[in-house]
Amino acid sequence: MSDSSARLLAAAYLSVGTSSFTEFLTTAAPELLPGTGGMSVSGSAARDLPHGTTIVAATFSGGVVMAGDRRATAGNMISQRDIEKVFRSDEYSCIGISGVAGIGLELVRLFQVELEHYEKLEGRALSLEGKANRLAGIVRANLGGAMQGLVVVPIFAGYDTDEGIGRIFNYDVAGGRYEEHRFHSIGSGSVFARGSLKKLYSDGMDASDAILACMQALYDAADDDSATGGPDVSRRIYPVVATVTADGYQRLSDQDAASAAQAVIEGRMTDPDGPLAVLRQPSGASQ
Amino acid sequence: MSMPFYVSPEQAMKDKADYARKGIARGRSGVVIQYDDGILFVAPNPSRALHKISEIYDRIAFAAVGRYNEYEILRKAGVRYADMTGYQYDRQDVTARGLANWYAQTLGTIFTDSPKPFEVEIVVAEVAEAPAEDQIYRITFDGSVNDEHGFVAMGGQAEKITTVLKEHYAEGTTLQAALTTAIAGLAAQANGDRLEITASQLEVAVLDRARVHRTFRRLTGSRLESLLAEVAPGPGTAKPGGGQGGTAEPGAGQGGTAEPGAGQAAGGPAGAAAPATPRQRKGSGSVPPTGDKGSDTEAGGAKAGGTEAGGTEAGGTEPGRDNPESPDRGGSGSR
Repeated sequence: MSDSSARLLAAAYLSVGTSSFTEFLTTAAPELLPGTGGMSVSGSAARDLPHGTTIVAATFSGGVVMAGDRRATAGNMISQRDIEKVFRSDEYSCIGISGVAGIGLELVRLFQVELEHYEKLEGRALSLEGKANRLAGIVRANLGGAMQGLVVVPIFAGYDTDEGIGRIFNYDVAGGRYEEHRFHSIGSGSVFARGSLKKLYSDGMDASDAILACMQALYDAADDDSATGGPDVSRRIYPVVATVTADGYQRLSDQDAASAAQAVIEGRMTDPDGPLAVLRQPSGASQ
Repeated sequence: MSMPFYVSPEQAMKDKADYARKGIARGRSGVVIQYDDGILFVAPNPSRALHKISEIYDRIAFAAVGRYNEYEILRKAGVRYADMTGYQYDRQDVTARGLANWYAQTLGTIFTDSPKPFEVEIVVAEVAEAPAEDQIYRITFDGSVNDEHGFVAMGGQAEKITTVLKEHYAEGTTLQAALTTAIAGLAAQANGDRLEITASQLEVAVLDRARVHRTFRRLTGSRLESLLAEVAPGPGTAKPGGGQGGTAEPGAGQGGTAEPGAGQAAGGPAGAAAPATPRQRKGSGSVPPTGDKGSDTEAGGAKAGGTEAGGTEAGGTEPGRDNPESPDRGGSGSR
């Protein structure tokens, strides 16, 4: 590194600047930002990169749960059986990704640093809305890549410490931010997962019911979408499940995730299509 | 046509160093001290919002004295450096050593290049799995780095405080005992006027060895009050301690004369590599003692004796620990 560029870099560190790590990277080391770095990629090449698939999220009384299957696919091949796509983003939030895994994982890392960076510089954590908006900016920065086929979209969920509820945010590739109520799902199997959750979700569920509902939804997604992995009993690979409540982020232990998945599998042994929803609602009562 | 006055580089450096030293001496000191389960940071600070002690990374914290706006710049730069390194490589690749070197270079550059040096003194500490592997670095306004063990005082009257800390400090103490020691040390600077040790007047934080991920925690509110309540008998005993500090000053001078040996042993090669002129000049140019600035001159004396203590990372053993006045060192040593 030449003397002058070293000086420039030092100046970026010492500048007044903002409390955003992404903005700091943009001036100090733009090549480290997730994305294609200006290279063009053909659509067919992008298709053969590993992709992450289905993530589901649901709120419950006092928090929110997020669960993701463990499969990554490259074209019609399974590229990884035990990939993790649900992460802690900070003490009171979590993030899941679907789409091109390489860029998605980098995006998660950047987002994690972004939140912690702000917290350290400002001495307080961002509001949940602030975090959601910041993520929108990071997703939007990859729009160029997305247009070339390197699509990655996150789903963000967190516990709103001001209001005392769990909240879910969904994104499009252009950085559009949409708050989802009750539950949501993204990724290739999301259509099936959302249909399943729609029938299984009820307001005021407790955490363990919400976890089970998410497990059922992932099972249904894996049932109908080849890119979503079901629970792998022989290898003991089960979905990653995380909850965020007033007590903070907590990832379900492997054992607990296994027993929740086992419960679903056992049910499906007798009833392959899963639990039945109530067909005729009693008049006047909400479900 | 007027001719600009010629100012010799030695004089320019000395003026800068004196300026920075005076600025730092005006402020209150801070103390960083190891205990069995981590590292404790204590600084008198009535503000709840403007911190002297801050988190840098998972296991690294930062403490500073001097001008707020200047060490705030350094703190932010440190967080950026740490987050950048952790993002580029891995979280475990962010070390206090790397950060301390970065600070040293940055402060050294600022000291030489800019007309006004930073009036700050900072400590970067990293808590490890075991106390023996903990790292504490003290970096002064000119960019010299000192590797410290056990405890370190920084700021205006660091000499006096160090004397008291030396008496009270024991390895592997509890948090409670470390806090008592730190407060006894800070009381030594009060110079007669009593140091307020209420929870609202102190900023206290720890790097907690037992925690995973982010180990930095501020001790505030009831937690701090209950800790201070147990210290409370301390100030009574610390009071004489403060007095002792006063009487012990000649002792400190002795420490100063003892220093060169240790310094030589520790800092031999680096000291030899550094040009000697500024230091010698500094030694001879010690200010005549004036009551108030006692610690300053004393330090100057120690300096004169301890010329070769100029190693970049002076051994770190207590005798090798040098006074805050070490301007020329970083100017030459850190390059």
